[in-house]
Amino acid sequence: MKALERTDDVAALSAIARDLRIDILTMLNASGSGHSGGSLSAIDILTALYFSRMDHSPLYPRGKDRDRFVLSKGHAAPALYAALARAGYFDRSHLLSLRKLNAMLSGHPFAPSTPGVEISTGSLGQGLSLAVGMALAGRLDGWKKSVFAMTGDGELQEGQVWEAAMAAAHYKLDNLVAFVDHNGLQIDGAVAEVMGVDPVDEKFAAFGWATRTVNGHDMAEILDAIDWGVAQKGKPSVIVAMTVKGKGVSFMEGKASWHGTAPSDEQLAAAIAELTLA
Amino acid sequence: MTIQTSDKPVVEKKSLRDAYGATLAELGASHPAVVVLDADLSGSTRTATFAKKYPDRFFNMGVAEANMIGVAAGMAVSGKIPFASTFAVFATGRAWEQIRQSVCLGNVNVKVVASHGGITVGEDGPSHQAMEDIALMRALPHMGVIVPADAAETASAVRFAADHVGPLYIRLARDKFPVVHREATPFRLGKGEVLRNGPDVALVGCGLMTSTIIEAADRLADEGIMATVVNMATIKPIDEELLITLATTCGAIVTAEEHSIIGGLGSAVAEVIGENIPVPVIKVGMKSEFGKSGPPEALLDYFGLNAAAVIEAAKKALALKNG
Ligand SMILES: Cc1ncc(C[n+]2csc(CCOP(=O)(O)OP(=O)(O)O)c2C)c(N)n1
Ligand SMILES: [Mg+2]
Repeated sequence: MKALERTDDVAALSAIARDLRIDILTMLNASGSGHSGGSLSAIDILTALYFSRMDHSPLYPRGKDRDRFVLSKGHAAPALYAALARAGYFDRSHLLSLRKLNAMLSGHPFAPSTPGVEISTGSLGQGLSLAVGMALAGRLDGWKKSVFAMTGDGELQEGQVWEAAMAAAHYKLDNLVAFVDHNGLQIDGAVAEVMGVDPVDEKFAAFGWATRTVNGHDMAEILDAIDWGVAQKGKPSVIVAMTVKGKGVSFMEGKASWHGTAPSDEQLAAAIAELTLA
Repeated sequence: MTIQTSDKPVVEKKSLRDAYGATLAELGASHPAVVVLDADLSGSTRTATFAKKYPDRFFNMGVAEANMIGVAAGMAVSGKIPFASTFAVFATGRAWEQIRQSVCLGNVNVKVVASHGGITVGEDGPSHQAMEDIALMRALPHMGVIVPADAAETASAVRFAADHVGPLYIRLARDKFPVVHREATPFRLGKGEVLRNGPDVALVGCGLMTSTIIEAADRLADEGIMATVVNMATIKPIDEELLITLATTCGAIVTAEEHSIIGGLGSAVAEVIGENIPVPVIKVGMKSEFGKSGPPEALLDYFGLNAAAVIEAAKKALALKNG
């Protein structure tokens, strides 16, 4: 099983990520609401997963022998939808009906309506548990594949994340690779000011995980870290991705105010101009 | 309507959670996809019976109920049939939002089976007595809610759950319950069970209170009041057709549950009756208050969860009907 479009070429992947950023902003503009900042900070990692490292296929979205991805920070749904549409899970035209009544694409990932969405998320703190369940089931059934999950950094304030972290290490889930999108921001401001979570890597290490910190916008580093995570034996692995919220659009970068805001027509045009030039 | 005279109220008691553990262990053989999760209460919930036979398919998640439900959901979307168990307060209260988001929203095939529902938890007191769990689960779309009356019905409900696709909540108890069913019959979701017919008033119960309404019906019969007795083991989806028939034939209904009168069986019945065929519905159950420590029998009497309370309610319902 292979995605229709797959490459190990860093430049090609970066180009895909650029296109997906434009898709994200375009669909958010069309819906008039939704989460820009956290979608843009996550998209390079999703690009690396869906177009290079994950073994998956839109032809067999429920095939047993596939890698799985759980978007625990469900509000970054636009990033997931952009990747799934590009990978061929559904027609790109759906992107423009994001959040509309009876559309395929709900405000947060909703598995029953959207091909390629493994499981429904949106309430923070729950996705790592879901991934632990998948990884345990996979081990029982002898899957060779991995379960990937992504949480936000503010999301780490949820106690359930640490229940799941404990369980993953207890059950030695080396088929589980988690990402923390460590963009330093949440809704009310800087994570460090709202409720500090650092040092994230040391916390996971103390829970028994293998940890690695990368620049979450450097494609080569991301690819390398995924390979590292998949290769771990006897423990789950976490990749702490240092990211910039709103990455790629200068007026959104590092601004908590862009967490849950969609771009206007003018802002979209400016953003696309900037992304196209870069 | 025919009036059947029943046997004397049965006093033989059997444990629902024992039946749960034993049935799980059976399912282990017939259903390779069944997996069981517990949150450090496997001895109490009796999932330990399964764990002993199928250690590879049993997962102790520690005292972490929220994570347990999420893990169960992840297993379910990966083809497993997870049964997740702990006490009812923790299963439905601590992990309510996990059941909402990770299980019900996506209609994910997780079975939440809780022991220690109701006041008969006894001496452990109100922190451990779930009087709101049925209401909490009933409010969730896609969730089916089952409250078995005895051990035999527990076994059939658990067997049914393994084959049913979709979320289910099964509420069990710490205490042994009087035997209502001599033998297990296949469980029918959404179907009330008429145990006895009588024209004057319908008594509708679930869980422990099913045996209580049988006792109340016997005593009412001594006074010449003939009651229909219904075991309503499925609270959701509730048997609307049967309830409307009861309202038509009896014209007065009493509900009885070991649960708050807010949001449980009584509410479910009143909702159907109020919208279709208004007749008096009197609810026997816990008022909006917490329980206390004490022996189960004493607590049932203290909080009016007994045959005397059902008889009083039946007379009130009759008075309203004849009003
Ligand atoms: C349980 C829960 N509480 C609150 C919210 C509302 N909410 C949505 S996003 C968010 C902040 C998340 O911050 P972070 O995890 O850092 O995400 P990111 O910066 O990647 O967008 C909050 C509080 C929610 N979705 N779920
Ligand atoms: Mg953040």
